[in-house]
Amino acid sequence: MEKVKKKIGSFSFWNWVTASIIFRLILIYFPKNLNLSSRPEVSTPLTSFRRLAEGYWLKQSFMSPYAGSMYHGSPLLLSLLGPLTINRIEGQPNHLLYSLVSVIADVVSAMLIRATGQNLRLAYLRSLESLDLVKQIEVSEFLFSGDIAALIYLCNPFTIVACVGLSTSPIENMAVILCLYGACSRLIPLAAFGWVIATHLSLYPAILIIPVIFLLGCGPDSPPRKLFLQRHQQKEVLNQSKLPPRFSWGPVIHFAFWAFLWSVYVLVLCGISLKQFGGLWEMFKSTYGFILTVEDLSPNIGVLWYFFAEVFEFFRNFFLIVFHVNILFMILPLAIRLRHRPCYLAFVYVAICSMLKSYPSVGDSALYLGLLGWFVNELADMQFSLFLFCGYVGVSLLSPVMHNLWIWRGTGNANFYFATAMVYACLQIVLVVEGVSAMLNHDRKLRNLITGKPQDAKS
Amino acid sequence: MVLLQRPHILLLLIDTHQFLQCWIAFGSANEEGQQQEEFSEELLVKPLPDHKLLAHFHFQSSAPPSTSNGCHHHLFPKAISQLVQKFRVKEMELSFTQGRWNYESWGGFDPISSSNAKPPGVELWAVFDVPQHHIDASWKNLTHTLSGLFCASINFLESTATYSTPEWSFPPASGNVRYGTFPCEAVCTENLTPWLRLLPCRDKAGIALLLDRPSLYRGFYHSQRLHLTSTESSSEGIDSGIILEQTLTVVLQPNSERAIEVHASEKHVQPSWSLSSIFGKQVSGRCVLAKSSSVYLLLDWGLVAELKFPNKENGKSAANGLTSENFWSNPSFELSVNPDRIFLEESSSHSKSLSILYMFQVEKYSESEPFDIGLMWKVPVAWLCQQTPLHASRFFMGSGNERGAIAISLKSTQFTEGFMSANSKDGSCELRVDVFQVVPWYVKVYFHSLRVFVDQQPRAVSDFIEKIHVSPSKDKMSPGVMEVVLKLPCRVNTAALTIEFDKGFLRIDEYPPDANQGFDIPSAIISFPNFHASMVFLEDDSLNRSPLLSKFQEKCPVMSYTEVLLVPLTTPDFSMPYNVSTIKCTVFALYFGSLLNVLQRRVAEEERFLKAKAAKKTGRLPLLLSKLSAKLRGSGINQD
Repeated sequence: MEKVKKKIGSFSFWNWVTASIIFRLILIYFPKNLNLSSRPEVSTPLTSFRRLAEGYWLKQSFMSPYAGSMYHGSPLLLSLLGPLTINRIEGQPNHLLYSLVSVIADVVSAMLIRATGQNLRLAYLRSLESLDLVKQIEVSEFLFSGDIAALIYLCNPFTIVACVGLSTSPIENMAVILCLYGACSRLIPLAAFGWVIATHLSLYPAILIIPVIFLLGCGPDSPPRKLFLQRHQQKEVLNQSKLPPRFSWGPVIHFAFWAFLWSVYVLVLCGISLKQFGGLWEMFKSTYGFILTVEDLSPNIGVLWYFFAEVFEFFRNFFLIVFHVNILFMILPLAIRLRHRPCYLAFVYVAICSMLKSYPSVGDSALYLGLLGWFVNELADMQFSLFLFCGYVGVSLLSPVMHNLWIWRGTGNANFYFATAMVYACLQIVLVVEGVSAMLNHDRKLRNLITGKPQDAKS
Repeated sequence: MVLLQRPHILLLLIDTHQFLQCWIAFGSANEEGQQQEEFSEELLVKPLPDHKLLAHFHFQSSAPPSTSNGCHHHLFPKAISQLVQKFRVKEMELSFTQGRWNYESWGGFDPISSSNAKPPGVELWAVFDVPQHHIDASWKNLTHTLSGLFCASINFLESTATYSTPEWSFPPASGNVRYGTFPCEAVCTENLTPWLRLLPCRDKAGIALLLDRPSLYRGFYHSQRLHLTSTESSSEGIDSGIILEQTLTVVLQPNSERAIEVHASEKHVQPSWSLSSIFGKQVSGRCVLAKSSSVYLLLDWGLVAELKFPNKENGKSAANGLTSENFWSNPSFELSVNPDRIFLEESSSHSKSLSILYMFQVEKYSESEPFDIGLMWKVPVAWLCQQTPLHASRFFMGSGNERGAIAISLKSTQFTEGFMSANSKDGSCELRVDVFQVVPWYVKVYFHSLRVFVDQQPRAVSDFIEKIHVSPSKDKMSPGVMEVVLKLPCRVNTAALTIEFDKGFLRIDEYPPDANQGFDIPSAIISFPNFHASMVFLEDDSLNRSPLLSKFQEKCPVMSYTEVLLVPLTTPDFSMPYNVSTIKCTVFALYFGSLLNVLQRRVAEEERFLKAKAAKKTGRLPLLLSKLSAKLRGSGINQD
């Protein structure tokens, strides 16, 4: 029976995957990409396709790609994707090749998410087994979180829009997922590669080093170690083999070595490609410097652009520090509280970054919404999920309308659009807070099951 | 005693005055080695096809290189010479313009329009004779000095975001050029007065007397220009010689009373005018300090061709006679004053006809007999001025405040047709067009989106663009500069360049007070380096050549400026800074507080606490309160 169910599940999974790919291909064939490539929600100054093309053009005409304030991405992307901005097949839409690359990146990401999700599910089942909770929690009703996460990632309108809108975020997302996949399946060089590339492309994934270290040190998500000890004290037999492994430094050192190797490699490659135009310092100044100083004030779905357009010049530096430190402040408390669930920690970090980053786009939201699919079983009790869903739908419908009113028709003003951005930020805050709270409650529930307390620990 | 002395002083004054005059008159010729400072004033009047009149004032002061002068000058304005010496300016041009030169009806292929038709607002370029790394500092100082000198906001050109460094398309090709424009400057009499102050006679005598402010600013086009060139000092210790050329070009509408009375049939008769009717003033003699002072009346070759002078065939022989009455008493018009000399253009590329220049010496006139020429038209004439090879115009494409495109369109004029027919023998005829375009940083141009349309067909960029130089704009740092050399086939009808841009978003304090008015994009310069506008007039004595005519003889490439574009940028809500800060910070506090709350919450302890509280029905607070009240009561009793 279960086998049949699984078969049906996997069959419909592949159906959905092909459907989403076909949908993307159809959208690509629309003339001018439905103007998605110039939407502020899709293309930020960092991920915009037109800016990439401009950087490539500057490089082709023997100028530094960073000569103007146009291109702020990596020089490697320029070498890899740049030629695709010009090459075209006769009789086909102009950016077909580039769009195909994004579609492939999306599919690869979805497959990696699926593999990681299966890995996580197995680890979760194993830990439940070792806690003897298999009967109390109906394992048979467990969803295939890997498939669900992959489908959420592939069929999410945000992902589709980011892919068809020719932004570089599918590739950035792929690097992040590659890093998590490598860490989950203990492919240390791959994890290091993903981490280095993701950091190189968009800086914020640098903080993923903490979940990756936990993943490599203690293995994938499991209930807190204390529970296992309690369980075994109850049974009064200390079966070492059933305990989750203690933190081991070996893979971490291995990871550090590989990360160092890859970053040197990436820097050398960048240095070679920028040898005649100002070198690495210029690259850091116009990529990381541009991210950190929020120079471009064009509207996006984040909240920083309007703030820095309005704030008095005198306070600019102060607020820059405050907002960036806000991301860093939360790293430590979250790491302490969720250290036994490194993948979930990674999800929370990704969500926080995409909420507080200087130039957010829907591609970033697509990533953390996809990762959220991994934890469907643990987060089944999450509050406000309907409210959040409706909020996301409402904001993604209202935000383009407000943008149109302000920019194109001139009947609205900037506050209209900013209001939707604020609502979006609040929704993300609620998602993160409720998600963290639901995960902590889930751990409490497991503890209560072990200690035999009644299940009233929901708060 | 006092009474006796007075005539003496008067006599002395007259004496010195006369001596001074003689001395100045001899100035240029008396010594071979040491030249003297010179000043000359000229006015050129030219009827325009669309019933308007062009008046072009040309004042030239020159200071020869000398050791003795130092900072002492006789005629030359001290402010200018100090400026040249301090900032080591090699060449500089500053123009204040109001109105737009109408290239279609006022012509674009003559020396006046190629060097005096300027973009609206202020345009300044300068070439410095200093090492590369000092140029920007010199430029900054120069803009501030000029700003003070001319009561204008030239100091806005100080910031690096407003001026650019043309590489090769700008005429004085050299790496030391800095070019800046400020299109939104409103030019008015406050800029003219300091400009006039540089003239030795100001506007108190000579031709400058005509510069009556109300009639000048009533005109359709008004451009005051200051051009200075400093000659290289040959040896150490000798100051460089400076030539300062001040021109004022005005296009006016002669308001002849007759025009109202004329019948419908005479509608096309050009309005008759006289200097006094245009400017409301007359010239009462020359400026005594001027070496030469003359007024010219230029009849365009197109006009001359229409007028049909009786002896057009043997025009050259008549020009040698110079007194031939045929040239100024014509059946179609009548001059109120007999010209002193008549010049015929030596040769011209068009060869249809030759321009005629009438010269009037102002020296002959005095206050009792003021100089006032007038032109009375008898028959209607219609003619066309010679236009630039391609007529350039520029416009925006797209709508909305997010993005758009700039298009520069070039249309062939009647000139190109003639040129094409002349050069049709060899098939490979090419027309070279240089385009120089500066865009401010908030118009973020995508240079890769440059497209070329020839005869309304999209064409490959590399086929028509021979050379391109681009310096992309840096936010708040430098403007974007695009220099393109186009090679177009001669039989081209239309050509267009389009380039896409995104509109930038500024901080609230970067917007000008009238933020919704929009921002100006400076004019593009379209030049045709293969064509030179020059007019060579037959003159017998080349020694005593007038500066204006020698200026006309210089070969300057044909240039035209496109329109200034006004780009509206989106504005934020200017009343919101505090609201945005507070709302934003509230959201951050919400995030930080609630997440931290979730993380540090200990549900088990809370439960224990609640249970304990439930067990002890009487809470701690009532207990405390009862204790407190008891104490208070007790103390109160004690005090009582």
